[in-house]
Amino acid sequence: MSDTVALTIDNVQLQGRPGQTILEAADEAGIYIPRLCHLKGLQPFGSCRVCTVLVNGRPQAACTQPISPGMVIESSTEQVREIRKDLIDMLFVEGNHFCMFCERSGNCELQAMAYRFGISAPRYPFLFPSRAVDASHPDIMIDHNRCIRCARCVRASRDLDGKEVFGFVNRGPHKELAVNAAARLVDTTVDVTDQAMNVCPVGALLKKRTAYVVPIGRRKYDHTPIGSEIEGARSQ
Amino acid sequence: MLLTERADRLFAGMTIAGYAIGAAEGILYLRGEYAYLRAFLEDVLTTRYRDHLLGAAILGKTGFDFDIRIQMGAGAYVCGEETALISSCEGLRGDPKTRPPFPAQKGYLGLPTVVNNVETLCCVPKILEEGPATFGGHGSPGSSGTKLLSISGDCSRPGIYEVEFGIPLTEVLTLAGADDAIAVQVGGPSGQLIGPKDYARKICFDDLATGGSIMTFGPGRDVLKTAACFMDFFVDESCGYCTPCRVGNVLLKDRLERIRAGRGEPGDLDYLQRLGTTVKTASRCGLGQTSANPILTSLANFRPRYEEMVKAHQDGFNPSFDVRAAVSEAEGIAGHSSVIYPQPIEER
Repeated sequence: MSDTVALTIDNVQLQGRPGQTILEAADEAGIYIPRLCHLKGLQPFGSCRVCTVLVNGRPQAACTQPISPGMVIESSTEQVREIRKDLIDMLFVEGNHFCMFCERSGNCELQAMAYRFGISAPRYPFLFPSRAVDASHPDIMIDHNRCIRCARCVRASRDLDGKEVFGFVNRGPHKELAVNAAARLVDTTVDVTDQAMNVCPVGALLKKRTAYVVPIGRRKYDHTPIGSEIEGARSQ
Repeated sequence: MLLTERADRLFAGMTIAGYAIGAAEGILYLRGEYAYLRAFLEDVLTTRYRDHLLGAAILGKTGFDFDIRIQMGAGAYVCGEETALISSCEGLRGDPKTRPPFPAQKGYLGLPTVVNNVETLCCVPKILEEGPATFGGHGSPGSSGTKLLSISGDCSRPGIYEVEFGIPLTEVLTLAGADDAIAVQVGGPSGQLIGPKDYARKICFDDLATGGSIMTFGPGRDVLKTAACFMDFFVDESCGYCTPCRVGNVLLKDRLERIRAGRGEPGDLDYLQRLGTTVKTASRCGLGQTSANPILTSLANFRPRYEEMVKAHQDGFNPSFDVRAAVSEAEGIAGHSSVIYPQPIEER
């Protein structure tokens, strides 16, 4: 078996390694494929679909699709961009995201993704669901209004912390994050030092009393768009 | 029907499939709605064990060991999707799995698994008994054999029919007594809603594909209502794993309902088309990839019906917002009707 796999993404030829996903190969080559549920170090999940690309014309999630020789991948074409914008819009309207008074503003990957795509307001109507806040734990809170069902905390708690604090309940539009206790976060084994506490892409899983340690204006995405850390690697 | 009338043939087909691929265990996944069949099917299995058609050394052949057990499901539509079915068998949420790996590589409990439907497995003993030529002698090129159709709706003779693959839909409608159908849903909710101009098309894999469901709609039925009912179904049956299916179906349904309520506008048709295409393209499994079909196929085949509902008003103003409905709750609290939009409460 050859130790490299040749493929093209948006007409750029690159060499990946066997066993890599499209997203991993693209990252290494300095090509940013937008993603929300995927996080390096966690098992690929493939739920947000924001990393959708066309592989030889067929839609696939870049975070779960392994590379194979000769793949011709479209990632930043107009058609793919429009699909991603639709998906980002959907994530905004299905929850209650009020960036202007969310403590994660500036560090939020969903917000940053919207800016990257030039979305100032979603094209779909807001669904205004009624969702709860669980502030029972002394150090941690869950604001379900902002959860995008990416399962990062589910995977991190299970695979990195060895705890399974989080999971999902219900189906379809009613699917939601739940904790491994009768009802409340305080009754789980979660701890503020858990790895699961560092992975939420939005303002759903929060450490209390840390909201404004870094002031707005000096946050991660305040001056550079999301993805530039990967694209930056390419120019060097 | 195959489970009640031909259970033996199904289990024979499973056993042969097990022999062919070297599997030791087969699972019949029985959804909750069919729990009443369980005792009967267990009896059939018991008899087959007694007759050495299951268990160790089947029919005396050393090394040919095969067991079949029944796994009850809870009745989720998505569990008909093969990887969700496997998740359910494993005791997990009935969510589809990420592919690859495909079930043939890594399926039930991580082991290579073949998933087939009951009708396919029932064909296997027939093919072995009568030879492939007999089987291939039925049907049309690319779609060999016969097909069971479950025909329901506005027809005088609903029921289950066995037809030659490749049969034109017109003949099916005549069989079932639905010659006056204004629309036919072929392939269940995720199939397509077609009109009379397509009735000459054939039931087969390459043209009108169906798992067997044919629903007929007679004069007086509204295709928009049909599409809305199917969208309701998909909103309910989505597992909620991926964004486009979880959110997109709700948005599609909401906009269709707005059109049905007479508050649509011409741009809504492009909106449905675009949104439906995104759901179809970006969804993770077959459910989401087909859930927009009720809208996309009715838009394609019954567009005048939609256009009639979204006509531009003469003054150019299409009220997508129902101000009367919006103020009604406040009117109830205030105890009198709105001064700006005066319409007596009792007339609503």
